[in-house]
Amino acid sequence: MQGFTESLVLGAGGLNIGDMIVQLVFFLGLLALLGKFAWGPLMKMMKEREDYVANEINTAEKSREEAQRMQREASEELKATRQDAQNIIEDARKTAGQQEKDILESARAEAERMKESARQEIEQEKEKAVQALKDQVASMSVMIASKVIEKELSQKDQEALINQYIDEAGEER
Amino acid sequence: MNSLNHEAPMWEDAFGISWLDFNLSNVLMMFVASLIVFILGVAATRNMQRYPTGFQNFMEWLIDFIKGIIGSNMDWRTGRLFLPLGLTLFAYIFVANMLGVVTNGVVGHTLWWKSPTADPGITLTLATLVVVLSHYYGVKLRGGGEYAKGFVRPLPFLLPFKIIEEFSNTLTLGLRLYGNIYAGEILLGLLVGLATTGIGGFIGATVPMVAWMGFSTFIGFIQAFIFVMLTMVYLSHKVSEDH
Repeated sequence: MQGFTESLVLGAGGLNIGDMIVQLVFFLGLLALLGKFAWGPLMKMMKEREDYVANEINTAEKSREEAQRMQREASEELKATRQDAQNIIEDARKTAGQQEKDILESARAEAERMKESARQEIEQEKEKAVQALKDQVASMSVMIASKVIEKELSQKDQEALINQYIDEAGEER
Repeated sequence: MNSLNHEAPMWEDAFGISWLDFNLSNVLMMFVASLIVFILGVAATRNMQRYPTGFQNFMEWLIDFIKGIIGSNMDWRTGRLFLPLGLTLFAYIFVANMLGVVTNGVVGHTLWWKSPTADPGITLTLATLVVVLSHYYGVKLRGGGEYAKGFVRPLPFLLPFKIIEEFSNTLTLGLRLYGNIYAGEILLGLLVGLATTGIGGFIGATVPMVAWMGFSTFIGFIQAFIFVMLTMVYLSHKVSEDH
């Protein structure tokens, strides 16, 4: 019964200095060996993975920013291009309007000039005609007057004169 | 009462030194436990990959588990120093606890196969190691002055209590583990004794034995966890700035 109580209190063997020393040596040995062969490599691998993941995240973040920047640039460029195109169209429209106006203007001026010169020509022709008519009237009056004077001539002569006159008139034409 | 009457394979007065006694069963079981932990640790970390599979996953889970224990007690910058210690302590104590749950081996009247942690000397050795380490790191990481001031903080008259606390910490840390595992083994031994009394005893002992083995496994895990947790608590008291 004494063995029973003793073993309840201190366990099967009690406190053995030898066990303690062995435990200490074993545990420290285990600590060193595992640290070298198991935990070290394992933790290195985990660290490596952590770094890898962090690196990947960084890279992804960077490329995302890059993509965003490029997109922004592209959209800005597109906007600028659109603006340019708008400007060009606007310019063309303006130039076209100007040209249209110029052409119309010059056409009108040309027409005006042509009309003017035609009118002048007509005027000149008219004056010429009037002049010619005047000349003719004058010469005919003289002729008539001379004929009236020649009335006192003989019948025969008169007839001859008329004939002559008619002939002359025919020639005159 | 069978198991309690088993004798330990003692080697007394080893090498003619009067105070040097070995319990050869303890020595054997410590060796077995260390070997198993070492083999498991090395086997798990052979052939490591960045994308972990199988066993490596388990070991990484274990590392994260211990990391969690350390992280709940101290800053990870100082705590990382103690990760190998925590891992080894946990693995060793858990395996040692399990050895006694799986089976107790008796050769003749001599108890050879048992948990090494069912011996107070062994658990106290581990506890003493932990407490001594906590003092060592206290001096190393914070300097002798800060370490000494830790004993009179927050109030100087606490000094005696602080000193007593160091010894009581050691005792409770070791004896808690020993008590739990030893009690589990005694009950398992009693149930084995009951089972060997006859056919009726065997039938009657089977169900409680299976239940108790399951419970002991749980206890073994919890005790390993508590040991590591308290190790980190004591370490953090000594190495952290805010204590």
